Amino acid sequence: MSLHYQPVGELVRLVRTRQLSAREVVAAHLARIAALDARLGTFLHIDEAGALRRADEIDAELARGSDPGPLAGVPIALKDILVTRDVPTTAGSRILAGWIPPYDATVVERLRAAGAVLIGKLNMDEFAMGSSTENSAFFPCRNPWDLERVPGGSSGGSAAAVAAGLCAASLGTDTGGSIRQPASLCGVVGLKPTYGRVSRWGVIAFASSLDQVGPLARSVADAALLFEVIAGFDPRDSTSIDQPAPRLSGALTAGARGLTIGRPREYDLPGVDPEVKRAVDAALALLADHGARIRDISLPNSAHALPTYYLVAPAEASSNLARYDGVRFGRRPEGASTSLLEMYRRTRGAGFGPEVKRRIMLGTFALRSGYYDAYYRKAQQVRALIAEDYRRAFAEVDLVASPTSPTPAFRLGEKADDPMAMYLADVFTLSCNLAGLPGISVPCGLTAGGLPIGLQLVGRPLDEATLIRAAAAHERAAGPAPHPPEMAAS
Amino acid sequence: MTWEPVIGLEVHVQLATRSKCFSGSATLFGAPPNSLTDPVVLGLPGALPSFNRRALEMAITLGLACGCEIRARSRFARKHYFYPDLPKGYQISQYDEPLCEGGAVEVGGRAIRLRRIHLEEDAGKNIHQAGGRLSQVDLNRAGVPLIEVVSEPDIFSAAEAAAYMRELRELVRWYDISGGDMEKGQLRCDANVSLRPPGGSDLGTRTELKNINSFKFVAEAIEHEITRQAAILDEGGQVVQETRLWDADAGTSLSMRSKEEAMDYRYFPDPDLPPLEVDGEVLARVTSRLPKPRSAYRSSFTAAGNLSDEHIDYLTADRARAERYATVAGSEDGRLIANYMLQDPDGRLEAGHLKRLAELQRTATVSGNGAKQIIVELLRRGGDPDRIKDELGLAQVSDAAEIESIAADVVAANPSQAASYRAGKTALLGYFVGQLMKKSGGKANPQLASDILKKLLES
Repeated sequence: MSLHYQPVGELVRLVRTRQLSAREVVAAHLARIAALDARLGTFLHIDEAGALRRADEIDAELARGSDPGPLAGVPIALKDILVTRDVPTTAGSRILAGWIPPYDATVVERLRAAGAVLIGKLNMDEFAMGSSTENSAFFPCRNPWDLERVPGGSSGGSAAAVAAGLCAASLGTDTGGSIRQPASLCGVVGLKPTYGRVSRWGVIAFASSLDQVGPLARSVADAALLFEVIAGFDPRDSTSIDQPAPRLSGALTAGARGLTIGRPREYDLPGVDPEVKRAVDAALALLADHGARIRDISLPNSAHALPTYYLVAPAEASSNLARYDGVRFGRRPEGASTSLLEMYRRTRGAGFGPEVKRRIMLGTFALRSGYYDAYYRKAQQVRALIAEDYRRAFAEVDLVASPTSPTPAFRLGEKADDPMAMYLADVFTLSCNLAGLPGISVPCGLTAGGLPIGLQLVGRPLDEATLIRAAAAHERAAGPAPHPPEMAAS
Repeated sequence: MTWEPVIGLEVHVQLATRSKCFSGSATLFGAPPNSLTDPVVLGLPGALPSFNRRALEMAITLGLACGCEIRARSRFARKHYFYPDLPKGYQISQYDEPLCEGGAVEVGGRAIRLRRIHLEEDAGKNIHQAGGRLSQVDLNRAGVPLIEVVSEPDIFSAAEAAAYMRELRELVRWYDISGGDMEKGQLRCDANVSLRPPGGSDLGTRTELKNINSFKFVAEAIEHEITRQAAILDEGGQVVQETRLWDADAGTSLSMRSKEEAMDYRYFPDPDLPPLEVDGEVLARVTSRLPKPRSAYRSSFTAAGNLSDEHIDYLTADRARAERYATVAGSEDGRLIANYMLQDPDGRLEAGHLKRLAELQRTATVSGNGAKQIIVELLRRGGDPDRIKDELGLAQVSDAAEIESIAADVVAANPSQAASYRAGKTALLGYFVGQLMKKSGGKANPQLASDILKKLLES
């Protein structure tokens, strides 16, 4: 039996009933990584020894008759922005190369406690800044559907590794679409929870008021299972919402009947690929066939989301990235010890890539004394208006639907020299973060050229259950999403 | 010509919380370098601050004591600058929405108005090796909670600035929110100084004086700055707006940075910390626990009427002492107990023992000297006043018959002195009392002895 495309729940069942050992499951995935990842570039670090050791522990627990938890033996990989004790963590940046954290992120603790086996750290755009994973300081990641194309970003490694069956599921982070957009481009499910739902303790900060951790998986049920494990209040994150993690098994089977789904008029943009538009319309028609009501709505401030995001996110990033100074961790290059100023210049000059520097400069400018009111404060006001748009919409509908990405996966290098074109890849995903709402991307077909398309659904605050409900209903109606064509082992 | 100095002080007070402002590491002075750290203090990637509510209560306490308005909703803001002792590249502080606004500190009968009191975290320390070849960073102090108390420019002399600092120190100690020790950096003072023609209302160009790190330098540093500015103005020059660093060893100040070099701190609300809400419940709790101010004890002790100014100063010098004394203030033994407490500055004696001892002295069971000895013994080895009185044989003889018999012996043994007394040399009574005390082994009640001798000699 091939293990690499098994559903998470099935792997857990096989391991718990001891039809398979956790070691066999983990070893099979490590072997697949060894065979395929040289061409995909999804992993920045593979913790083979740690994963096998953990798998053996889980087998031993089962042998003793105790239950290792709801993710027993499931090989899971983490975006390299999540801090892992004793396992290198880089956030995709040279400035953190060689850093071995002394502590675990809350989500990592929770996955471990649920019996998951963490097999490695996944490639990403540096500090999560990007939409293609080409901004990784180490090497670009490729899309398993077409190796000449990007997997999306910034959680490109998380999406590509799941799509290619290198891990059973993964975690990513989403600041402006960084889970949903790569999920869409790689044909997997990506859930961005409500802001505050999942602890940010141990999540290397990009933009603190927007960042959120979420799962990427090959089915809605798998994503729901991971979400149940990682969600819930954490006193170490002061922005964490004091609510228990929701139980989602009911939502998975509740069906679309009775749901009202809104389609924002403002999202009918000229840049949307016609194939994407057709696939999304078809997905909504399918949901309508299964009892959902579809209606047009208005989100009048949608057009402001992009400029608002590009003030708020870089401003917070310029502050969050001030700690990379060469004093306490990471790399301090040659000649950096001649003076204090040289230490900062050389450490940050050599440590950060061009997109990170661009955003630090943007953010520094926006926060300058005398400019704060015109930029950051104004952006926060617009943000409140965007949230208000959704609040009004949710008086009439349960979910807001759109394409996740205006286009399918683009070619490596295609937008690399045009930051504005790259920023537009996130036009449908940004406002969800600005409003702090939960959003999901689910596969909704392929282009004629065989590239995945994603449907995005956005829900009310803390109402991930309704997202899961509609996503699961669509998945059941459309049938399981296809896997990418099998790559020959290298 | 003469100039009028106008001074405003920015005073940083380290709060005496057990753990840091935004994490669980301990706050201790003199621990091995970097031993009081954790991911938050070190500013490690992914670490997030959690605010220590104890620091909030302490800050509110001082705010209430100074009559400030406590904001129902204030905010933490990030203040950015690069320095190796600042791990995150920003300090968590408060900017346009501080916790406390307004209020005043009374100094020498005059109210020095406050602009604000806000919360922030301390930075670490850079340690530079001699020769300048190596600098090290100790982050033990990083993240210790501070409040910054900002006065209005209401101070008009160096002496008054020093008095204000002393009063602030007394306040933070009185309310147990800080050790208030400048040498340990628990209290730090930056002074904004400008001069203007006497009676003027506009403010002159100011300089900010930093690094005044000992109590004795407050007046000295400010006086020096006043003199420096006056010399410039006297020659028709202009004071340059700048930040100056006080050098205590040289007794002078050096320019640190000019207005043009002033840093842009790029303040913005800290997105990791929700707004700081002070609801009625928190305010009520702090208010209910707010100790009575010193002035309340002063007036109640003064009203008791049986204490000297020295007594009152001493009894209200610290809060524990005042609270201790307040239970007996105005009672018939109030003055005796005040005297006993002078012998016990650390407040080690039990209140019950003090009361019992006063009773013994009031009823002449022990003399004043005896009471003093008993206190010395109580402090040395504990025990209780009655037992010590017995062990040391300090009980006075107040039995009239016994004293009369000794008195008769003393008069009989000194016939010539008795004759002189009876001839009018009554000053000799002291001599007879002395003789009697000696014969009684010092135990006779001296008042009774004197009365009996007088009667005997004049009969």
